[in-house]
Amino acid sequence: MNTILDMKNISISFPGVKALSNVDFQAQTGRVHALIGANGAGKSTLMKILSGAYGHYEGDMSINGEPVHIRQPADAKKHGIQMVYQEVDTALIPHLTVGENIMMDQLINGRQEKGWIRWRQLREEAAALLRKMNLSLSPTKQISELTLAEKQMVLIARAISNDCRFLILDEPTAPLSQTETDELFRIVRQLKEEDVSIIFISHRLPELFAICDDITIMRNGELVSKNLIADTTQNEVVERMLGRKMDEQFPTRTFQKGRVLLQASALSASGVNGVNIRIHAGEVVGLTGLVGAGKSEICKALFGESKLEAGEIQLNGKSVLFRSPYDAVRHGLVLVPEERRREGVFVSESVLSNITVTTLTSMLKAGVLIDFKKERERAASIIDRLDVRTPSQEAKVRHLSGGNQQKIAIGKWLLAEADVYIFDEPTKGIDVGAKREIFELIAELAARGKGILYASSEMTEIFGMTDRLYVIYDGQAVLEKETSGTTEEEVMYYSTGGK
Amino acid sequence: MSQKKSFQLFDFFYKYGTILTIVVLIAVFTALNPAFISSDNLLNILRSISIVTIIAVGVTVSLSINGFDLSVGSSASLASAVVISMFVWFSQNLVVALLAAFLSAILIGILNSIMIVKLKIPDMLATLAMMFIIQGVALTYTKGATISENMVISDGSYAEGVISPVFAKLGQLPWIIVIMVAVVLVVQGFLSLTKHGRFMYMIGGNQEAARLSGIPVNKYKVAAYILSALLAALGGIVLASRVMTAEINAGGPYLMDAVAAAFIGLSVLGAGKPNALGTFVGAVLIGILQNGLVMMSVPYYAMDIVKGSVLAFALALTYYKQKHT
Repeated sequence: MNTILDMKNISISFPGVKALSNVDFQAQTGRVHALIGANGAGKSTLMKILSGAYGHYEGDMSINGEPVHIRQPADAKKHGIQMVYQEVDTALIPHLTVGENIMMDQLINGRQEKGWIRWRQLREEAAALLRKMNLSLSPTKQISELTLAEKQMVLIARAISNDCRFLILDEPTAPLSQTETDELFRIVRQLKEEDVSIIFISHRLPELFAICDDITIMRNGELVSKNLIADTTQNEVVERMLGRKMDEQFPTRTFQKGRVLLQASALSASGVNGVNIRIHAGEVVGLTGLVGAGKSEICKALFGESKLEAGEIQLNGKSVLFRSPYDAVRHGLVLVPEERRREGVFVSESVLSNITVTTLTSMLKAGVLIDFKKERERAASIIDRLDVRTPSQEAKVRHLSGGNQQKIAIGKWLLAEADVYIFDEPTKGIDVGAKREIFELIAELAARGKGILYASSEMTEIFGMTDRLYVIYDGQAVLEKETSGTTEEEVMYYSTGGK
Repeated sequence: MSQKKSFQLFDFFYKYGTILTIVVLIAVFTALNPAFISSDNLLNILRSISIVTIIAVGVTVSLSINGFDLSVGSSASLASAVVISMFVWFSQNLVVALLAAFLSAILIGILNSIMIVKLKIPDMLATLAMMFIIQGVALTYTKGATISENMVISDGSYAEGVISPVFAKLGQLPWIIVIMVAVVLVVQGFLSLTKHGRFMYMIGGNQEAARLSGIPVNKYKVAAYILSALLAALGGIVLASRVMTAEINAGGPYLMDAVAAAFIGLSVLGAGKPNALGTFVGAVLIGILQNGLVMMSVPYYAMDIVKGSVLAFALALTYYKQKHT
């Protein structure tokens, strides 16, 4: 007998953003349901509401027509709704055993008597669950010894150790190899046989078409469509995910291709498998692909941040080997990293010292002493040029808005006059107005003959900003094209593993 | 409104609290015993804090890169043993004796750096291990005995070396104070006026961002630990000169006072980061407390209660401030 879960008119807002508006969603036991949408479409938010992580939504939920109230994780679990999050490590305790991690809910929610743990019973129950899933994993092994895929299995085992009727898997295959994915699918199919409903969030279309029965597509916090997956095609899904093109204000540029500045051949590093990248002077080269495809890894490999396993980098026609970012910077290659607050700026330092940190060597007198007057003038010129809104040069960067922090993270490299600028998700978490300013800044750098590598998973930005693009999938460049010679559909198709 | 006012008041205390406390303490101790304010006693206080200050400035340098050097106390012990032994056991001249002591410090700094930079042991734990190692090395080197002129050595004869008279001056007035002031000013200038100091603060603020900004982070970390060990050794040398012997674990007791002074110094004048002048003010505070309490006949064994409380208060100010801005 099928159980039907219904979510109706679900809306939720976070300070300043309406994340979901009037979304309907339905899942049935004994079926695998695909939930798909571009980054920021609201899939994860919707599933977090379903699993009780966000309690402040509006709308109704019911199971088989009976209204249910899910406002916290315990409510969801009571109704048999379990979620396995993408970051498996945050949900596991590494120095405890597989058995303890699987039976964690029981350990916490007091089946043990008078505070004693019954070790044998715990081991046996965990072993029984693992047997049921056909997994050869010892319950006494430590979590820290497991592979990522095995950790995921442990989390699924934990989910079904409770009464589990609805299992949400958030991008479960992103970190898995092909054989590991096959193993996961075997378990998904088995759970389906046991009348569990699987809600499967993924960006990888071929996978969804291989395993799912139904598909729900979301875009910009709204429901687009719900179909039987057999009634649709990959191309149709991509079109609906993208929807009509969003108009964003990109600066108009005239692109004059100069000499080759950077040429990376057969680059391999952690998360990068034999990538070739070429950047010309004056060119904005896009690096796109889904989250986790390996864009940041490529940026860091070029910047000397991660160790090269193979390949060669030529800068200005000369072969270079960067052992650290220090080497890269000296050779005129700079990076504006993705994690702004962690890697880009010094939040507890002043705006002044943030801007001049990269070029302090050129502001010295007597060899070592800082020429404070020169430093202030240079910083003022950058603050002025980028229109950084700060009360003073002495203000701590912590107190500025995200957009202004990003301007500083970029601004510190403007004085450095590098040849190649790598931007990793430069508009992440900043508002539309600041975005436009950042775009203009990048366009201006290109116009001055700099080579730009622009890594982003935002399709509109890639199409609005770049002259040529590489699509990255699984650490490899699967498509290289002039941006004007391709379409969002084609890029999305290659990003999701189409060949 | 009143909340804002109370915060301004807190801010005021954060910036000037340490200096205010020093002023109040001077006033109170003077009222209780007018001899406290005599120039003799003030010089006495400065002399008494000079070794702590020199070592504490070393700790300050390690703090500036967001590290922590716990091995400074035993580094000072080893340096004092090495310098005195060079005179007494090996009849060496002043230059050789000082060089030997500083070389031992550079070696310690390099070993600390290897543990921290290459082996990735957290700073405090690596230098804690190093503290024990050096303590043991110093004891082994001296065979567990105090080194002094005319001491009996293992073959039953007397040691014939003499301590250089120039060396003897280092630990006496006014030189001991001159050395301390020079150390404070030079390191303060180094940290706040030079590129290298700025880079050290940037590393301390966000190591990851510093690396991605092209700062050679590891080189600066090595430099910081070598500097910290060198200053500790200087403290040990001055200590040796002051007592003219190398006692067992002579530098050990200075560790806690030095750490306290450096942490109290964080908040002085609202700097919010490790700085040599602040550290000096911190050492002055501790020195005045110690001196005044002795004058008031507080027994020496109760002194640590007061010192610990002052440190806790200073730390509370610093961390409360961090949390609320």
